[in-house]
Amino acid sequence: MDFLSYFISGISLGSIYAIIALGYTMVYGIAKMLNFAHGDVIMVGGYMSFMATTNFGWPPLLSVLFAMVVCTVLGILIEQLAYKPLRAAPSLAVLITAIGVSYFLQNAALLIWSANPKSFSSIVPFDSLRLFGGKLIISGTTIVTIIVCIVIISALNTIVNKTKVGKAMRAVSEDKDAAQLMGVSVNKTISITFAIGSALAAIAGVLLCSAYPILMPTTGAMPGIKAFTAAVFGGIGSIPGAFLGGILLGIIEILGKAYVSTQLSDAIVFAVLIIILLVKPTGLLGKKVLVKV
Amino acid sequence: MLNVTGIQVFYDNIHAIKDVSFHVDEGEIVTLIGANGAGKSTILKTISGLIRPAAGKIEFLGHSIVNLSPHKIVRKRLAHCPEGRRLFLQMNVRENLQMGAYSREDVDMEAELAAVYERFPILDERRNQRAGSLSGGEQQMLAMGRAMMAKPLLLMLDEPSMGLAPILVEQIFDLIVELNDAGTTILLVEQNAEMALSIADRGYVLETGSVVTTGNCADLLNDERLKKAYLGG
Repeated sequence: MDFLSYFISGISLGSIYAIIALGYTMVYGIAKMLNFAHGDVIMVGGYMSFMATTNFGWPPLLSVLFAMVVCTVLGILIEQLAYKPLRAAPSLAVLITAIGVSYFLQNAALLIWSANPKSFSSIVPFDSLRLFGGKLIISGTTIVTIIVCIVIISALNTIVNKTKVGKAMRAVSEDKDAAQLMGVSVNKTISITFAIGSALAAIAGVLLCSAYPILMPTTGAMPGIKAFTAAVFGGIGSIPGAFLGGILLGIIEILGKAYVSTQLSDAIVFAVLIIILLVKPTGLLGKKVLVKV
Repeated sequence: MLNVTGIQVFYDNIHAIKDVSFHVDEGEIVTLIGANGAGKSTILKTISGLIRPAAGKIEFLGHSIVNLSPHKIVRKRLAHCPEGRRLFLQMNVRENLQMGAYSREDVDMEAELAAVYERFPILDERRNQRAGSLSGGEQQMLAMGRAMMAKPLLLMLDEPSMGLAPILVEQIFDLIVELNDAGTTILLVEQNAEMALSIADRGYVLETGSVVTTGNCADLLNDERLKKAYLGG
């Protein structure tokens, strides 16, 4: 029963990683850049929801919406101000800029909310689920996290595969010039991608703080790196890959904590990444594109 | 319909296009021919907005299109079917065709798809297959079908015969003539100069970024110098 309990916690943590990894992987797929500030958008989402519930006394759902709106605007602003001017620049310049934006967000948060951790109360109002006569207890937050992740993945899958915007995103991701020749605005598509990724980061931030209720300016950093790992693990650029990578990473981390060592759990996570990349450099679901002439 | 006047294009320090001028009138098939590296593809990319010229004017239907983004130029119904086809290989055949109509509003998608499938039955058979799984010939048909979906007034084709078997080359050229008869003006870039001149009205011969000769196709086909350089005898 313990194993099952750990396993479910792993899926729940993995769901959060998956939601964050989606943002990484979509932005990478379309703008061909690693947005290392993505993790810090999660933190901003957490603070926004915290402010909405604690300072303004808003209901939980409204606080999530508020966090999503703020993060969406923030994501678009970051892209417009920091990344768009570098569209033709070498990728190293963009990468360094992304790290700069990450530090900027962390330090701005430090200035606004101070270094003192805020204790975040879960926005999930449901009671825990007790199964097998109380032997297996699953918290409401865990259940909601998993459900939200499934809903997000299905919605995103529909958007990407069935809508015109989604087709434009796939077209830009595969061949930017050809997409433009079809009439797709690359700038607009990149903005939309940042908007979606950042809105998801806000949701992830609220779920993360609901499960691990300590909110600090660095709250987003580690989950951000791990979700990036998850995206690479699944095959960066691939949406199903981000989902799979996130879930697997969550399970490995929790089982590692439970059965090996709490201190070593992060090391295990990154070791698994290294092994996967040695065996399959494109990640689990990464595609190798064959070009026919 | 299309007026290109004195365009200059540089790749870093390489002067790729040197003061090129030409025009395409409504209803014509005009071809740009020349050896590899003469600048034919660069000219098309400059017209469709993928490359910015350093100087010169490009007018389409009387309006300047220099400095417009490519996605805005295609909305003026000037389509560019690029070299190497540039299909979306991860998308299926149907989605590639739908992308072709991306720039248009109020499209009756099913009717338009049916028209392409009628022209290329093989695409209908393969509509749910990824474009990357098609043969080279099928991919070229898909590229032509995708260009048809854009319903352009002026269609620029870059090396549509590249890498195809002779029988397919003929099919593609038949289609170009058909599209032209149906009212689409064509600007055709080809290395297969003989084929191109056989269907075009006028031609421009390019050498290292400049227009060296121009004229009616019949005259160009009989040009002794040209025969030696491009027509194999």
